[in-house]
Amino acid sequence: MASARAEILGRVRDALRDKPTAPPVPRDYVRSGEASVELLAERVAHYRATVHVVAEPDVVPLLGELLAGKRIVVPDGLAWDVPGMTALRDPLTVAELDAADGALTGCAVAIAQTGTIVLDGGPGQGRRALTLLPDHHVCVVRADQIAGTVPEALERLDPLRPLTFVSGPSATSDIELDRVEGVHGPRRLEVLIIR
Amino acid sequence: MKKVALFATCLTDTLFPATARATVRLLERLGCTVDFPLDQTCCGQVHFNTGYRAHAVDLAERFASVFAGQDAVVVPSGSCAGMVRHVQPDLGTVPPPTYELSEFLVDVLGVTDVGAYFPHRVTFHPTCHSLRMLGAGDKPLALLREVRGLELVELPQAEQCCGFGGTFAVKNADTSTAMLADKMRCVLDTGAEVLTAGDNSCLMHIGGGLSRLRTGVRPVHLAEILASTEEEPWAPETR
Amino acid sequence: MGTRNPVTWLGSPAFPEAARTALADTQLRRNLRNATTTIRGRRRDAVGELPDWEQLRRAGEAIKDDVLHHLDRYLEQLEEAVTARGGVVHWARDAAEANEIVLRLCGDAREVVKVKSMATQEIGLNEALAEAGVHAVETDLAELIVQLGDDRPSHILVPAIHRNRSEIREIFRAAGLDPASDEPRVLAEAARAHLRRKFLSCEVAISGANFAVAGTGSVVVLESEGNGRMCLTLPRKLITVMGLEKVVPTWQDLEVFLQLLPRSSTAERMNPYTSVWTGVTPGDGPEEFHLVLLDNGRTATLADPVGRQALRCIRCSACLNVCPVYERTGGQSYGSVYPGPIGAILTPQLVDDPHDKQAASLPYASSLCGACFEVCPVRIDIPSVLTHLRAQAVEAKGRSAESVAMAAAAWVFASASRYEKAQKLGSLARLFARDGRISWLPGPGAAWTSSRDAPVPAREPFREWWRKNRG
Ligand code: SF4
Repeated sequence: MASARAEILGRVRDALRDKPTAPPVPRDYVRSGEASVELLAERVAHYRATVHVVAEPDVVPLLGELLAGKRIVVPDGLAWDVPGMTALRDPLTVAELDAADGALTGCAVAIAQTGTIVLDGGPGQGRRALTLLPDHHVCVVRADQIAGTVPEALERLDPLRPLTFVSGPSATSDIELDRVEGVHGPRRLEVLIIR
Repeated sequence: MKKVALFATCLTDTLFPATARATVRLLERLGCTVDFPLDQTCCGQVHFNTGYRAHAVDLAERFASVFAGQDAVVVPSGSCAGMVRHVQPDLGTVPPPTYELSEFLVDVLGVTDVGAYFPHRVTFHPTCHSLRMLGAGDKPLALLREVRGLELVELPQAEQCCGFGGTFAVKNADTSTAMLADKMRCVLDTGAEVLTAGDNSCLMHIGGGLSRLRTGVRPVHLAEILASTEEEPWAPETR
Repeated sequence: MGTRNPVTWLGSPAFPEAARTALADTQLRRNLRNATTTIRGRRRDAVGELPDWEQLRRAGEAIKDDVLHHLDRYLEQLEEAVTARGGVVHWARDAAEANEIVLRLCGDAREVVKVKSMATQEIGLNEALAEAGVHAVETDLAELIVQLGDDRPSHILVPAIHRNRSEIREIFRAAGLDPASDEPRVLAEAARAHLRRKFLSCEVAISGANFAVAGTGSVVVLESEGNGRMCLTLPRKLITVMGLEKVVPTWQDLEVFLQLLPRSSTAERMNPYTSVWTGVTPGDGPEEFHLVLLDNGRTATLADPVGRQALRCIRCSACLNVCPVYERTGGQSYGSVYPGPIGAILTPQLVDDPHDKQAASLPYASSLCGACFEVCPVRIDIPSVLTHLRAQAVEAKGRSAESVAMAAAAWVFASASRYEKAQKLGSLARLFARDGRISWLPGPGAAWTSSRDAPVPAREPFREWWRKNRG
């Protein structure tokens, strides 16, 4: 193994004997942008996800309405206690996750410009499988979690954590290059944005 | 009075002299003094694009010496102008300032109304090298819009390549023909009687297809349209 | 190791011949025209929405150039970072070595799940695993269509782009999946049902990588369907095969590529899912992570100062979608997993054998219209690389009828008097003219006149007129 490594690195150095140089990376692209609830709501909805913009006191009642009577996977550290649903908590097997009606989480960051929510496995988000196997993902975003642009979002994220960027429900463009929603990931994505 | 040197290109000099004559007439009408260095031959584009780099270098050097010291070289061909301006410097030569005809008219002379008259229904194919290598944009269209009597019809999917591509047209004749067929369909859809472009190579290709199928659409180089006036209107060349 | 590079398919004819067959496939032509027309318009909109698109392209180009220029350093950094976080890094000189490593890592597994990856297609991993009795299940919808149809891919993003919905339904039927209709939604459902159990039970997953961050060891996969997330999180062991050039220096650099790639490939503001992982995270995802760094011709490509820019490619497929040649011939005519404009410059360089006729025909599979360069998010000057590779092909071929003709032409053009004599001689072609057109020429001219009339040479070249009237 060591020899393949040495040989490849040797080939790379050989290949670069002409000592190519390039100018420094120009970073004059747009860094910041509108981080509004409205823009995020519009962009998430564009992917045919369901969006609710709510005031803080209405979060729990709305969640209760949406999830009542359902078996919902809930990660540790979730800030909202929702009445009327059956909360499923780890340890859960893949079969149990697969059989759940949905998952309810918060997020780490949201990106207004692209309509993306980002999960980083922190409190209220859980390990990645929790939001993958249940067919319905309900995600709550606080206004202060909204970043305007991709550069602003990456600044706030820690790449050493496992990250999942979610932009709409699972989809495919593999048939005639036309986007249809609903393949392996959750087929329904519902985002609550707190004003 | 602006002094310019005409680089007719080997293709136009040999096969489409009417275009070069029209270029001279047009430039003179606009007050230029035109020179045609008789030592000129070819810019080396075909050699370069086909992979014969050493020959292309020789021809680039030859071009640079034939046109040395000129303030402005005008070329009625987007692809040859592109070869001179964008490729020849990479081959180690220093060509004089070189312009495709419509660029020269609009950017250097600053005119769009050249006093032309051409009472026909015309569609315009922008040609890839003018569009992408030179970035000539809609300069030719700006010129055409000012031509009296001319009815300009937009060409659908105008930016798609016609399939010429130099030796591509014979090395990959089948694919080239498939591209040509779609380009012809778009041309025919316009109902134009004249197809114009700034490059005789593409016109030779599309025109050759239009002629083979007896479509009744004629290729006419942009220079010939712009040179045409009420006093001396364009007429098809008899061969 | 001396074996042929599986990046091209054994026995594929040279491009012109393969294209001739493809051009006659009317269904293919229609499918491709529809698909490429749709995606072109959508890409234009997605890109047009960003006022700083050109700045992003220039940044993408510069970051990738920096990577290539210091590739040894970044690879060592990446290895160190991945290892520090519990991953294992492997190095593979060529396809055979990479396949061996993956096979060994598969251990006792008889079935593994796979996320779409160009690198594993390039090395023929599925075939190599099958030979050893390991079945690799493709989980990306388009890959599944290709796999079930025993077909070959024809696009780097949508390998089954040459199939329309009703053909896909037939393929699914024949494979025992039973979609109720040819609605894309229904077909996607069928794939979901088919793969669900495999996701839940497989022990080993294999993926590619879109990017890997040297500074942190983080690996990034962009996808749409969620099959990627399944493979990256559920199985116990994850094996990622990645081309050397996929490394980027820092986490911040991704802010450029996460904007360039989705808009260029699927024409979305962002693809549905992007996963980022760094080594192994206890309690979340696989317990074992292996990163296989693949050379397979990349260092040879890197050695060419002009050709190396092909390694900037982020596999978005925008160049395929706008290419007028690709639109008509489809991807399989290129005889390689990398079709279209990027294939025409990357494949011959990876093959790295100037005497391979099929690979040498690829740089000529272009009219040099430049549409690819215009859309490429990392500004690869594909036309320039094409002419550069053509020059290499000419050199390798030595003397040929074409080279003799080109030398003769150059000799003629080298002197105005020879050129004028040739003009007179050429005007003999007037003899072929009937009714003011030439519809047939002998010899090499026949390839022209097979579909086009040729111009009748003028009685008097321009220079004659000039001499008489202005001289
Ligand atoms: S060459 Fe450029 S346009 Fe083509 S796939 Fe690669 S990155 Fe995309």
